Amino acid sequence: MGTPVVGAPGRPACRRAPRPGSGQAGDRVLTLIEDGLKSALLEIQEYVRLQIATIRGCVTRPFYFHDVVEQFEQIGIGSLTVVLLTGFFTGAVLALQTGITLDQFGARPFVGRLISASMIKELGPVLTGLMLAGRVGSGIAAEIGSMVVTDQINALRALGTDPVRKLVVPRVLAGFFMAPVLTVVANTVGIIGGWLIAVFQLRVASSLYWSSVIEGLYLQDAWMGLIKPFCLGFAIVSIGCHVGLRTRGGTQGVGRATTNAVVASSVAVIAVDFFVTRLLITLLY
Amino acid sequence: MAVAKKRSPELEEALGPGSPIVVFDKVSLAFDDKVILRDVSFTLITGRTKIILGASGAGKSTILKLILGLLKPDSGVIWVNGERVDTMAELDMMQVRADLGMVFQEGALFDSLTVAENVGYKLYEESDMAPHLVRARVEEVLGFIGLAEYIDRMPSELSGGQRRRVAIARAMAAKPRILLYDEPTTGLDPITASTVDDEIIKLRDLENVSSIVVTHQLRDAFYVATHEAVRRDDGLMRIAAADPDKSEEAEFIMLKDGGISFEGHAAELRASIDPYLQTFLS
Repeated sequence: MGTPVVGAPGRPACRRAPRPGSGQAGDRVLTLIEDGLKSALLEIQEYVRLQIATIRGCVTRPFYFHDVVEQFEQIGIGSLTVVLLTGFFTGAVLALQTGITLDQFGARPFVGRLISASMIKELGPVLTGLMLAGRVGSGIAAEIGSMVVTDQINALRALGTDPVRKLVVPRVLAGFFMAPVLTVVANTVGIIGGWLIAVFQLRVASSLYWSSVIEGLYLQDAWMGLIKPFCLGFAIVSIGCHVGLRTRGGTQGVGRATTNAVVASSVAVIAVDFFVTRLLITLLY
Repeated sequence: MAVAKKRSPELEEALGPGSPIVVFDKVSLAFDDKVILRDVSFTLITGRTKIILGASGAGKSTILKLILGLLKPDSGVIWVNGERVDTMAELDMMQVRADLGMVFQEGALFDSLTVAENVGYKLYEESDMAPHLVRARVEEVLGFIGLAEYIDRMPSELSGGQRRRVAIARAMAAKPRILLYDEPTTGLDPITASTVDDEIIKLRDLENVSSIVVTHQLRDAFYVATHEAVRRDDGLMRIAAADPDKSEEAEFIMLKDGGISFEGHAAELRASIDPYLQTFLS
């Protein structure tokens, strides 16, 4: 069996010949489970190999600087609108909802504290991550997937370019570094959205809101809000690239890859958020 | 960077005219239980053409992917340009690929780049050549294939035949010694296909590029094998019927059931009484 290469269209997953006497339903179920496990393990193996190749590509030459800058612009600046809108309305609705609850305890003036803590520690990173998964993860999978099915990836390799260095490394670097920046933007506009509701709807004094925002935050919270987006950005983009490079089956395959990328990276955002939060609580608090 | 390595004088002499530039020695490859190639052996001589025929799924394109190192064989030895590539690491393959050009079945042009950026891709991205020199080379190559006025177009604005010719221009821009063509005329009308065939002949005869053409278009295969490009005294080039000696320099390979069922030149192929070949040729 030929050796597979990272970034190369892989061979079809191994399918076993039916066992003798496999007419029995039990055997068929076992074979299906076995094939499913093998397929899952193969995906994990290929994902890990891609990440190793990506890390190697980040620290060794050649380095496609122009593509890195282009991806920072596409992923960072390109996602700004969606992140601004999401952050603003999340902060605003949070103020509306918590205002009602806090009223029951006569704690309306503390709405700023609740918004800043929620946005910075949890909602900012996760919602920015989910928005990036929808916009960036799907875009990357569709773009790279189209290149795979139209032989452009093979053409790159034939022209002496490593697709991992040319396509994956710039996207992963951009996702890794731009996700925290976008999260900070989302947090900021979220707190501003909360301020507008607090002042004009809940009739909380502006100075009281801002002092509450500051009081509600601790240095550990800021660290948590900053560290998480690095992990989420990496997960979203690396999954998009992996799914894109594993695309099979023409335009239908590209559609499937796009859907898979959004689903996988959205789930990854929630799961990575949980595990990183758990780890950071242990380390920081 | 993946630019062609300068050969040593000994290797240059060893790979000179008449010497083997691509060698397959008992190469086998299977995907799971499906055997694609079984003990395939052949040799491409420098400056000549090898035309690989066969039914769909016979393993024709796989041979090109093996030469490029996009796939690795299960067994056997492959030599390309004096380097053994069947066991070569991906990083080292970049050096070998620098001296290879490949024309993919549908062109495989980068759809987000202009014609100029596509053609000059290798020189812009993988060499230290100054941008104005790359531009000059791109103009030269596009002029050679007669598409100079399309230099700033996007691939989506080109016809199928033009895309295929731009793909040839991209493959030849870095002056490789070997060009691989994967179904270069499939899906093209006969007139456009002839234009593409003429480019293959011109590159072989005027630029001394060794080539492997994978096709199942018999008309194009025989045309490439039996014609030659000659430069007239007035400097103009024309395509003419080749003399018998020149025609014998182009060899055909017929793939069947993973193996080679025929190897020889055009006249031998036509004269073959093998029933499978007869069916294929009819």
